[in-house]
Amino acid sequence: MADRIVGRRSVLDGLVLPARNGIVSVIEATPAARFIYRGDPGLIGDAFGIALPTTPMQARASGARAALWLGPDEWLLLAAASEATTVAAAVAGKPAALVDVGHRQVGLSVSGPRAAALLNAGCPLDLDEAEFPVGMCTRTILAKAEIVLWRTASDAFRMEIARSFAPYVVAFLVEALHGIDR
Amino acid sequence: MLLIHCPYCRMARPESEFRYGGEAHVVRPAEPANVSDADWAAFLYMRANPKGIHAERWRHVHGCGRFFNALRNTVTDQILRTYPAGTPQPALDAHAEDGR
Ligand SMILES: [Zn+2]
Repeated sequence: MADRIVGRRSVLDGLVLPARNGIVSVIEATPAARFIYRGDPGLIGDAFGIALPTTPMQARASGARAALWLGPDEWLLLAAASEATTVAAAVAGKPAALVDVGHRQVGLSVSGPRAAALLNAGCPLDLDEAEFPVGMCTRTILAKAEIVLWRTASDAFRMEIARSFAPYVVAFLVEALHGIDR
Repeated sequence: MLLIHCPYCRMARPESEFRYGGEAHVVRPAEPANVSDADWAAFLYMRANPKGIHAERWRHVHGCGRFFNALRNTVTDQILRTYPAGTPQPALDAHAEDGR
């Protein structure tokens, strides 16, 4: 019987991600465990290691873990890929919903002085730092794709996209980069 | 593009993140079996369709995902007030009802 080699490959494999030296670059974010938590933020307490932010559109991060406010009772939890079972155990038995969406979406890091300009080619939000400061996150749209956008630094964003939209989003950003002048 | 204030995100967000959800405050009869056909049809199909202030449901579908209500002037398309789902329709002062 022939040997079967099973390996994980990213949905972004084979795609050329947009980048222009010193202007903006898009790279795949480190593979992560991802969960959607729905319920009372108090129930999870310290179990996740980060108290869930209750201020709208705020993200809290510590190391590889992050909790992103998506709605009044909805958070996106990120953790190192190896910690998926640890996070799931933290909520086990509590009257709340925890859904593993680790393989549903893929993360992209968009950084550089023109990162906001590139995203604004398809995102209708005001991404000026005064309006969308570091630590702010939200579900929004990029052209025809729904995304989660999180500003991790003055010139860096993390974007979470549905994996089936990855070729579309990458193609869109490659095209949009032509419109970024400097 | 219209900016719509989401009462859950507590900020004005672009219209393209929202979906319209029809007239607000339409109450489903508690016991549908005891409702006449005419009343049931009125609940299902009859809407106010006013020229002027209209209370309507919107959903921030590409944002926080929540339904909320809005008071919109159907003549000017101006959204005068938004408020959380499940809360009563707020009163508008005459100035606001003018659509200005
Ligand atoms: Zn919202």
